[in-house]
Amino acid sequence: MDGFLAILVGVPLTLYIAASSFLIGAVVAVPLVLALRSKVTVLRVIVRGLVDLLRGVPIVVWLFILYYGISIGTFRFDSVSAAIVGLGLIAAAYLAEVYRGAILSIPEGQWEASNALGFSRVSTFSLIIAPQALRVALPSATTFGIALLKDSSIASVIGVTEIVFLTQAEARSNQSGLEMYIIAAVVYIALSFPLGLLSRWLDARFRKAVVA
Amino acid sequence: MIIEWLPALASGLLLSLQIAGMALLIGVPLGLVFASLVMSRWKAVRIAAIIVVEIGRGAPALVVLQLVYYGLPSAGITFDSMTSAWVALSLTTAAFTSEILRAGIQSVHVGQPEAAHALGFTALDSFWFIVLPQAMRIALPPLLGFAIQIFQATSLAFTIAVPELLSRAYSIGSSSFRYLEVLAVAGLLYAVISIPIGWFVARLEKRLSAHLA
Repeated sequence: MDGFLAILVGVPLTLYIAASSFLIGAVVAVPLVLALRSKVTVLRVIVRGLVDLLRGVPIVVWLFILYYGISIGTFRFDSVSAAIVGLGLIAAAYLAEVYRGAILSIPEGQWEASNALGFSRVSTFSLIIAPQALRVALPSATTFGIALLKDSSIASVIGVTEIVFLTQAEARSNQSGLEMYIIAAVVYIALSFPLGLLSRWLDARFRKAVVA
Repeated sequence: MIIEWLPALASGLLLSLQIAGMALLIGVPLGLVFASLVMSRWKAVRIAAIIVVEIGRGAPALVVLQLVYYGLPSAGITFDSMTSAWVALSLTTAAFTSEILRAGIQSVHVGQPEAAHALGFTALDSFWFIVLPQAMRIALPPLLGFAIQIFQATSLAFTIAVPELLSRAYSIGSSSFRYLEVLAVAGLLYAVISIPIGWFVARLEKRLSAHLA
């Protein structure tokens, strides 16, 4: 019971890191996806490379680079900021791909119809395509949110005192390490469960209403 | 200096690839077993299998890894760090690939096994020779995508002292204080494996879904 409570102490920090990095990702992904769809080849190639690199290098390597590798003058990331910035950038790369797929799922005819009605490319995108694409993207974005919640456990490696960090500490001082890790697993599953339900509900409510 | 680091980093990379290979070699067949249990005729088997799969998918890979290495000894089961790494990642692989394989199997039209039955195929033969080959076509891109994920997840074995790529980079960093450079080289080594497979998956997806467009 004591172990359970000690692990629960890490829940707010886990949620804080997951939520902040998700928010950063959701916002930064917007300019990324615009660049990925840009007509300027140089911009497209550079951002494509950046997105692939963010997704192609393991999360823990990014966190190490930010935490141990970056020191500009006296500036160093503390462990929580390194975790939020690192996970936020990786989330941006993944969510840019989610947005891109969502935009592609809107039928070509809508662009053509808007053009025929005299909408500019920019207003077609922001007034007609983007609102629908957002609804298509919501379920996948939520599913990615679950993955991000679980990946936030990697922040324990750079010393963030979230769920897994506290579990390690408990497992070391406690007789039954197995019990502590089972508790940690159950806590993560309990935290992702409502998100899973949300994703399924959004899928039924929004995606099918737009695309099917 | 990068030249000096390369032998250590290369042998770390080899170990990372070896762990990922083991996890896939054991995990994917196990995933097929889970998938068939999830689709079982018996409700009790089905429910038990779903629970196991959902726990495997719901718990972070890092938790499963440390559970095997730091947790199991308290139950009297002790694995060395390398064994713990592939045991844990195989379980995670099995849980995730079982859902990919199930989706692939269920996407094969029900008329196919029915026709096979009418032609005198046994249930096992129809599954093995008719349904599974078609299911694998659907499942191949997401399976390869997952293979990239599990290769990247081998970096978590750093936390249980497996001398894989990241551990090598970290120990070079802590002795030379050139963290940024050595971590960047290690990151690029992960990337040169992951990114081309990612491109291949994207192309494969396009080709296999060409008939849908």
